[in-house]
Amino acid sequence: MADKVVIRAEDVGKRYGKLHALRDINLEVNRGEIFGLIGPDGAGKTTLFRLVATLLTPDSGSLTVLGHDVVKQFRTLRKQIGYMPGRFSLYHDLTVEENLNFYATVFGTTVKENYALIADVYSQIEPFRKRLAGKLSGGMKQKLALSCALIHRPALLVLDEPTTGVDAVSRVEFWELLRGLREHGITTVVSTPYMDEAMRCDRVALIQSGQLLSIDTPTAIMEGFTGELYSVQGTENYSLIMALRANPHVHTAHPFGSSVHVTFKTEGYHATLLQYLHEKGIENVTIEPISPGIEDRFLELMEREP
Amino acid sequence: MREVVIRVENLVKRFGNFVANDHLNFEVYEGEIFGFLGANGAGKTTALRILSGLSSPTGGNVMVAGFDAKRQGEKIKRNIGYMCQRFSLYNDLTVRENITLYGGIYGMSSSLIKQRMDELLRQLEFEEYADRLIGGLPLGLKQKLAFSVAIFHQPRIVFLDEPTGGVDPIARRQFWEQIYAAAARGITVFVTTHYMDEAEYCDRVCIMDQGRIVALGTPAELKEKYNASSIEEVFVSIARPKEKTV
Repeated sequence: MADKVVIRAEDVGKRYGKLHALRDINLEVNRGEIFGLIGPDGAGKTTLFRLVATLLTPDSGSLTVLGHDVVKQFRTLRKQIGYMPGRFSLYHDLTVEENLNFYATVFGTTVKENYALIADVYSQIEPFRKRLAGKLSGGMKQKLALSCALIHRPALLVLDEPTTGVDAVSRVEFWELLRGLREHGITTVVSTPYMDEAMRCDRVALIQSGQLLSIDTPTAIMEGFTGELYSVQGTENYSLIMALRANPHVHTAHPFGSSVHVTFKTEGYHATLLQYLHEKGIENVTIEPISPGIEDRFLELMEREP
Repeated sequence: MREVVIRVENLVKRFGNFVANDHLNFEVYEGEIFGFLGANGAGKTTALRILSGLSSPTGGNVMVAGFDAKRQGEKIKRNIGYMCQRFSLYNDLTVRENITLYGGIYGMSSSLIKQRMDELLRQLEFEEYADRLIGGLPLGLKQKLAFSVAIFHQPRIVFLDEPTGGVDPIARRQFWEQIYAAAARGITVFVTTHYMDEAEYCDRVCIMDQGRIVALGTPAELKEKYNASSIEEVFVSIARPKEKTV
């Protein structure tokens, strides 16, 4: 297959009764990419992935994956997709090794045949191969699930929130593994509610209420931020935020960890802000211009919604 | 100096041979937002259960809201609020019924419950949802209400056990603003989480690893000490070397 487009969605829609889970989704995912789908709970990430994995069918539009139509050619397609659902769905009462053998057998292959592909992931849990899957830690379960999703050497890996509920160290390791898989030519689509993980993708799509807000490289998405952003740091966050919101020259004021990210309606007002806060009795405040991160851009796009 | 509302001295908790909490020492102040971080299995839940009067320490001294965790667990329970991610409100009760239930559990009189409920519904702009079942509300609203219910009896301390994970960036910020507002009124907020970005919102954070406290300070102090740009990096640099040898 010479086509470099692995997933092509044209005007894809999906409804559950009255609820529009997805509307007019248009996107292309290219071969060898790590493509991220970033959005909050209920945005439609899982629905889109289930369509791609042929587990649901779209109500409208056309969706082709690896050159196959997801509705007409789902049988062919399933053999070429590795799907890791959001909820841990391996057999708790089988051991690590038994789960892996089971998935290999279902797809008509053996662990031995594809060991090289899963080695990086599986070697980390192999010392525990006799342990029941139900007794593994969150990070280990996730590595087993990835091993099982890879065991039939899929061309496309679909990972639905693989790092949700996993600790920070395991998250970092997991992303290193995904980069390793890219070297094997595997295309990965991965969803996450964590904005910082977007930076680890080649391209990302931001999704909110079933609609795509933006598709681009993480850097280009950040650069889409309009206006100037300032970080305001004080000692009492609550009074600081309230005072900022009460100021007519302030456009937005969002808490970001220990600081508040602020945009202004009035150009140049940042120079007078400290004076205003001083008059309100708020002291020891610093203000500095900062470059927006992906979360700043996401908030901006979300707020533009009617 | 602000008043100490939680004082933990040499807290030890053993389960058989396993040491879940190994000589913990820290203090939490009135009106402080204190983050308690660690990977799964680091000992956070064990410590939280002791601080909230559900479990008794094997050794050490633990005072919470002026009561001794070893002997006065029941008193502690009455003087704290508690909210966890998984279970907080009854989906098959209405907003009003949930509030009444929790107020009743904490021994508030019906007239006080009614009065504060009206205030609360107004504050949250929740009047239109008052008689709706919790199950049908959007996640962001549920979370807002769950926090309000946890502090409905006006406790001195509220424990938030893994409260936010995965909600959208706007809802998440509204939730933190609610926390800031509570802290500004003098309520101490004790948050456990394994989402390191949540830690950035806390006044001070305490990082646990394998039953011990491995770092404690303001987010800014910890980032400086470990030369990191985020608490996540701090955590990874502390916890990673051990992970690798497993």
